[in-house]
Amino acid sequence: MAEPTTGRRELLDIRNLGVSFETATGPVQALRNAQFAIPRGRTFALVGESGSGKSVTAQAIMGLLPANGRITGGTIEFFGKRDGGAVDIARLSPSSKAMRALRGDRIAMIFQEPMSSLSPVHTVGNQVTEAMRIHTRASRAEAADAAMALFHRVGFRDPKAMLRTYPFELSGGMRQRAMIAMALICDPVLLIADEPTTALDVTTQAQILHLIRELQDERDMAVLLITHDLGIVNTMADEIAVMFRGEIMESGTRDQLLRDPRHPYLRALMRAVPRFHMMPGERLVPLREIRLPAVAEAPASPGAPRDVLSVEGISKSFYPRAAPWARKRQAIPAVTDVGFTLKAGRTLGIVGESGSGKTTVARIVTRALAPDAGRIRFDDGSGLTDITDLDPGRLKAFRRWIQYVFQDPHSSLDPRMTVEQILTEPLTVHRDGTPAQRRERAAELIELVGLNRRHLKRYPHSFSGGQRQRIGMARALALSPSVIVCDEPTSALDVSVQAQILNLLRDLQARLGLSYLFVSHNLAVVDYMADDIMVMCRGMVVERAPRARLFSAPVHPYTKVLIAAVPDLDIDRPLDVAAAGAVLRPGDWPEPFRIGPEPARSAMVEVAPDHFVRYGDAAIGAVA
Amino acid sequence: MAGEIPHYVNPAPFDPAAGETMSAREERYYRASSLRLIWWKFRTHRLALLALVLLGTLYVTLPFVEVIAPYGLQSRHGDHIYAPPQRVHLFHDGDFVGPFVYAYRFEFDREKFQRRYVSDESTPQPLRFFCRGEPYRLWGLFDADFHLLCPPSGGTAFLLGTDRLGRDMLSRITYGARISLTVGLVGIAISFALGLTLGGLAGYLGGSVDYLVQRVIEILRSLPELPLWLALSAALPAHWSPILVFFGITLILGLLDWPGLALAVRAKLLSLRAEDYVRAAELIGASRRRIIARHLIPNFMSHLIASATLSIPAMILGETALSFLGLGLRPPVTSWGVLLNEAQNLAAVTLYPWLLVPMIPVMATVLAFNFLGDGLRDAADPYS
Repeated sequence: MAEPTTGRRELLDIRNLGVSFETATGPVQALRNAQFAIPRGRTFALVGESGSGKSVTAQAIMGLLPANGRITGGTIEFFGKRDGGAVDIARLSPSSKAMRALRGDRIAMIFQEPMSSLSPVHTVGNQVTEAMRIHTRASRAEAADAAMALFHRVGFRDPKAMLRTYPFELSGGMRQRAMIAMALICDPVLLIADEPTTALDVTTQAQILHLIRELQDERDMAVLLITHDLGIVNTMADEIAVMFRGEIMESGTRDQLLRDPRHPYLRALMRAVPRFHMMPGERLVPLREIRLPAVAEAPASPGAPRDVLSVEGISKSFYPRAAPWARKRQAIPAVTDVGFTLKAGRTLGIVGESGSGKTTVARIVTRALAPDAGRIRFDDGSGLTDITDLDPGRLKAFRRWIQYVFQDPHSSLDPRMTVEQILTEPLTVHRDGTPAQRRERAAELIELVGLNRRHLKRYPHSFSGGQRQRIGMARALALSPSVIVCDEPTSALDVSVQAQILNLLRDLQARLGLSYLFVSHNLAVVDYMADDIMVMCRGMVVERAPRARLFSAPVHPYTKVLIAAVPDLDIDRPLDVAAAGAVLRPGDWPEPFRIGPEPARSAMVEVAPDHFVRYGDAAIGAVA
Repeated sequence: MAGEIPHYVNPAPFDPAAGETMSAREERYYRASSLRLIWWKFRTHRLALLALVLLGTLYVTLPFVEVIAPYGLQSRHGDHIYAPPQRVHLFHDGDFVGPFVYAYRFEFDREKFQRRYVSDESTPQPLRFFCRGEPYRLWGLFDADFHLLCPPSGGTAFLLGTDRLGRDMLSRITYGARISLTVGLVGIAISFALGLTLGGLAGYLGGSVDYLVQRVIEILRSLPELPLWLALSAALPAHWSPILVFFGITLILGLLDWPGLALAVRAKLLSLRAEDYVRAAELIGASRRRIIARHLIPNFMSHLIASATLSIPAMILGETALSFLGLGLRPPVTSWGVLLNEAQNLAAVTLYPWLLVPMIPVMATVLAFNFLGDGLRDAADPYS
């Protein structure tokens, strides 16, 4: 790059930066005394949980603070102007010509939500060339040529077609690639990536991170990476600043911080992240641990645990909306031939990316959905009974045995009921006890999840995400179920809160003898929680094995990719981003795992005790 | 590698629980029921609050219009036909007298062939307050003659003028409010019931019921509104009593208004049904009835009331338009639209512009309902 250098190491130097927001309840200081420098051509990571001020910092750099926010002090010196000069962004008016000359041209940004950051009514080509035509005097044809070259670079197979493609035609990962092309079209010297992969699956995430790193090397571009994920930081960053409640807690190089964390917050954060290869019995340390009220642990049942839930060959297809008289509706298979057993007091983890059918399985097991085929049996203590077709009365009685913890803590509690009403509702529905007894039970439950009796009279909107999730767990426990289905219970939470919830789930399991069906896209979380793990892809179980076995000896290529794609916190084991290839389609899997097009045949084969792997039609044909 | 950067550690003491305590004010806020939160939020909307006070006052006075109006609904004053509004004065010859009017002297302008009313400014005629005046029968039960305001003894008080039969416009507008304001409420009640049922069925059951309801709504909405009103009102039998006609008209208005509400209910139900707390209730084993009563209705009722409030003005305007055209309510039933019917004649309007005065309450009410609806809509979801 022919950049006139000023001989400085820094590209952006932030000193004593403060930002405050004017809110209905008075000013809120979102950022205090922020101080860090982004070196040229390197990656600087801002790490923090929600509300830490990391995104506000990015907005201040871009001159894109919301209308009620303003810079209260400090400087943002930028040394990357086209003429090589320096400028203090903190002193520029956000709408000034000087700021607009920087934004999109010298400093570009990519966002978390690739769908909402691309305009749905313009083609991708249009949006990418727009930036170039605003900032340079490029003609339409020149801009189109530049865009096609970039489309090719970010990995689109047909760059010409991309010029005429609309964002809704692309998958999430593809949209993020388009977004990156749009950000890079003017050759910025600084790319701000605000949680660029949070909305993506791990395998896609690995590809996007890989792409960002390659592009950075080619273009000698600095990257300000904003993320909550320490694993990504470990994979990507050269230098790091850790933020908490608007202040930088600790900053330095990656080696300094990750090998020798000194601030209690960073230490706490690192101990709260689930990692692969944790010692058996090792516990995560959340920022604030929840102590359960002391009660005797549930007596360990003698002998091998019995099966509480047995699922055989369930399948389910969905039909898209159509007019009632439309005869031919194309079935979309969501789950195909899924089977497993869940043992009493144990946890079965279901891992998969979006669209893998894991949530559908969870909903079928709780009988929120009826399967098209297959059999579900459940043991309430009197032996396994078929629950696939229960009449409404018996279905209601069955419901008390299996309860559900939802992913989104904001939508899982009725905003117009008090916590007490929420916790007593299951008891009221099942006519358990008198109203006074139900209220007493609600008080017990709220204490069981580490909240206070005082909280019973409050409404859900007064609680944080983690607290709401605990209320949701208390509701699930109200009827003393034996199985709880946890559907991504921590994916909407910050890592320190996640550790708290995971530990609470484990403690409750030990105390109450619960069995969990734990659904998650996060392999490390499942690793921490589960005894057995089931990996799902495209509605099929591709591998099922005891936890230790799955991680030490994975057989299926998809499982291997999934494990390789998780950014780990271990500094000596950074993510091998290049390894995450495209083995997401069953037709692309290597033999003997390949599952061809219709009529697809495949079967689970036991490769070791309790270790099952799905083999494709050719392999089965060979066996048969 | 460029020069190493220093390893910075924030020296301030670290309290992970900082900022998690709650003030008494927050505690009060978080314990407040949703109805109270809605009220708190609504209160900040000044215009809506004003509208609520205005409409509240109007509706509270409806049962007592006989007391408020200075004259009866049908009292004719043959010697005061098309009398212009009498001005209220306070000072006579520089002396403070209190509110009074001057009597009218009727003259006939033979040149222009017009009636002329000339104020006789010799004697002030003080208005009487809290007084005995024209007798009436309140609610068909009590005979009374108490009024808030009466004409001066021996004089007249036509503060907004009179019509072609010499009836006091102010009194007729006051009586007209009774009909005009209730038409909206009765109409919205019908439309609310229909919209809630049909929209609820469509949203909750989905499938072919949803399909059917949606198509019916689309057909209803494609019909040109005014001609349909006209046709339906014209179809009301001529021999019906005025009260029956009144209910006929409200029924027509309600029957044509429900699609908007039904769509609102349907959309809200569809989005609420996808909420996890509804699914949680299903997984607990709660019956359909309980889910609707405890989770769905409380969560969309406030939105629905807001949209209903916003569609009352259309009802009032609809009645006014029909009656203005002479196809709605018919005398002796008196609504603002019926009053405006008198202003159909262009000549009458140029000569007697006060015949248009009933437009003012119509506009005020419609605006007030719109402001109120806006305020309610903004406050309907206190958790956003």
